Amino acid sequence: MEFFIQQLVAGLTSGAIYACVALGLVMIFVSTDHINFAQGEMAMFATYLAWAMIDVGFSYWMAFVCAVLLAFVGGLFIQRVILKPLETAPVLSLVVCFIALLSFFNALAGMLWSFTIKPFPTPFPPKDIFGNGLVSAQQLGIVAVTVIMLGILTVFFRYTTLGLAMRAAAQNASSARLMGVRVSWMLALGWGLAAAIGAVAGMLVAPIVFLDPNMMTGILVYGFAGALVGGIGNPMGAVAGGFIVGVLENLVGSYLIGNELKLSFALAMVVGVLLLKPAGIFGQVIVRRV
Amino acid sequence: MAAIDNSWATKGGLGWIATTFWVLLAVGPLAGFFTQDPSFEYYMFMGQSMLINTIAILGLNLLIGFNGQISLGHSAFFAIGAYTTAILMNFAGWPYYATIPVAAIICFGAGFLFGFPALKLEGHYLALATFTLAIAVPQLLKYKAIAGWTGGVGGLILDKPDAPEFTRLGTDQYLYYLCLILAMLSFWIVRNMLRGRSGRAMMAIRDHAMAAGTMGIDTAKYKTLTFGVSAGITGVGGALSAITVAYVAPDSFTLQLAVSFLVGLVVGGIASLPGCLVGGAFIVLIQNSSQSISDWMKVTFSLRYDVPAWAIYGILLILLMYFMPRGIMGGIETLWLKLTHRKETQA
Repeated sequence: MEFFIQQLVAGLTSGAIYACVALGLVMIFVSTDHINFAQGEMAMFATYLAWAMIDVGFSYWMAFVCAVLLAFVGGLFIQRVILKPLETAPVLSLVVCFIALLSFFNALAGMLWSFTIKPFPTPFPPKDIFGNGLVSAQQLGIVAVTVIMLGILTVFFRYTTLGLAMRAAAQNASSARLMGVRVSWMLALGWGLAAAIGAVAGMLVAPIVFLDPNMMTGILVYGFAGALVGGIGNPMGAVAGGFIVGVLENLVGSYLIGNELKLSFALAMVVGVLLLKPAGIFGQVIVRRV
Repeated sequence: MAAIDNSWATKGGLGWIATTFWVLLAVGPLAGFFTQDPSFEYYMFMGQSMLINTIAILGLNLLIGFNGQISLGHSAFFAIGAYTTAILMNFAGWPYYATIPVAAIICFGAGFLFGFPALKLEGHYLALATFTLAIAVPQLLKYKAIAGWTGGVGGLILDKPDAPEFTRLGTDQYLYYLCLILAMLSFWIVRNMLRGRSGRAMMAIRDHAMAAGTMGIDTAKYKTLTFGVSAGITGVGGALSAITVAYVAPDSFTLQLAVSFLVGLVVGGIASLPGCLVGGAFIVLIQNSSQSISDWMKVTFSLRYDVPAWAIYGILLILLMYFMPRGIMGGIETLWLKLTHRKETQA
């Protein structure tokens, strides 16, 4: 039983990280219908920026905030400069573009900071919360940061004018445009937010998997799985999906198939959900008019 | 997907250029009989890997360019082809040449089967599913339960075949010709497929799947078949790579391999057969000259760091998507049409 609870907690912890990645993907998907393959590498890059800032003497939280802000600006920049001209391009051009961003950030991080694995500091004390070896402060901290971020995003989207404008742009671009919403900029804001959320995910996971340019590859796949399980058009669903995938991955990994096939499990989940329930658990089925 | 002009596929347009190219490729290695250049063997190896990449890109182009199904996971079929050959040579003692058709058939089967779930996925979703496939492959190949066959993390080491006596060729020259013959065979098959009824069906599905279905084309059949043939051709490339490198290991079949095929495809030209050759040559050139490109960039832009090949790929891909969304061959074609004042039939 104790082992089961430990695995459950570990699953929720990684689930929190997958939820962040999934949320970043959903941010971009709802407004543009694009799946951002570079989400993981953008997060990795932001984490390296935080590492570099800590290295020159910033405090952890200072670096954290700066990295999130830089990621936001970076995401905004990518949408404005690279993706805006391709707004009407065919799907293949966009996929190629995302893959290009993925390779570019991966190579750039390797070039600036080398491919050797680096430790990343954690702000949480190495403490056992309940004193029975079940939940560590780090695990609690990761889940807490995710929940706080979710709270902030919910408030932003529900109670601010800007959030309302972003939702309007995502749901019905042409009507929103008629109402005076600058739709194109709302998409850019979505990219900025996605990058910022990704940065948080990267910094949360880096102390566990250690910092290296390829650290997000596997996590991105789980993020995909989470987003799809919850419904890729639904932010709350994506978060729930992230947690579900995290827990399932840990339980299936430790009881059924072993750690070696975890990525294949994610693959099976992605293909399975796409085939059996493409809208996900919480998503809406979209009927397309031809 | 935007409509693509198919003139290069269906008409024999600029056929003499392609013929010259093939003749050059066939005559080039004969220089080995006259030259004393010590790096000749190395050039031959580059030629082999160029042709192997060309075959893999041809397979991918059939799927993406002519059928509109986006795959980021062709490294998986390349791996299946390579491992089929390696396992048959290593455990069953088969001669290398007999393993190639088997690799093609197994990859065709794998691709055909993968084509069924792919039927329900479109655009971004198919890209996503194949992307996860590409990431999962190295881990699957390392799986302990099959390590007895695949060699696990260490992979399998093979014997490089020798050239038959009567040809009087060096090993690398001989393997080059093996790759060349198989490349020509693949091109011939693909070209004939595209010129006939099946090719028209494939392209109709790409341009408008629903309209194609209404016209009586069995879209499911053609889509799965295209996936199968595409995987089969890429698998031949994989088999050849196992033979020429004489080594297979899980970490050579990563997402990066799949991305490099995509780079070759996009650079050469989407839905262009000669473009596959350009793409194959491009990949090998960049891989082999990335150090000198990096040095040049360091001097020119006074950078402090080495510029890795993947950063160059990334920038290049984005630039191509802006300026030549159909690659070099597509760009040349557009230019040609402009120069000759012929109107493009499709916008």
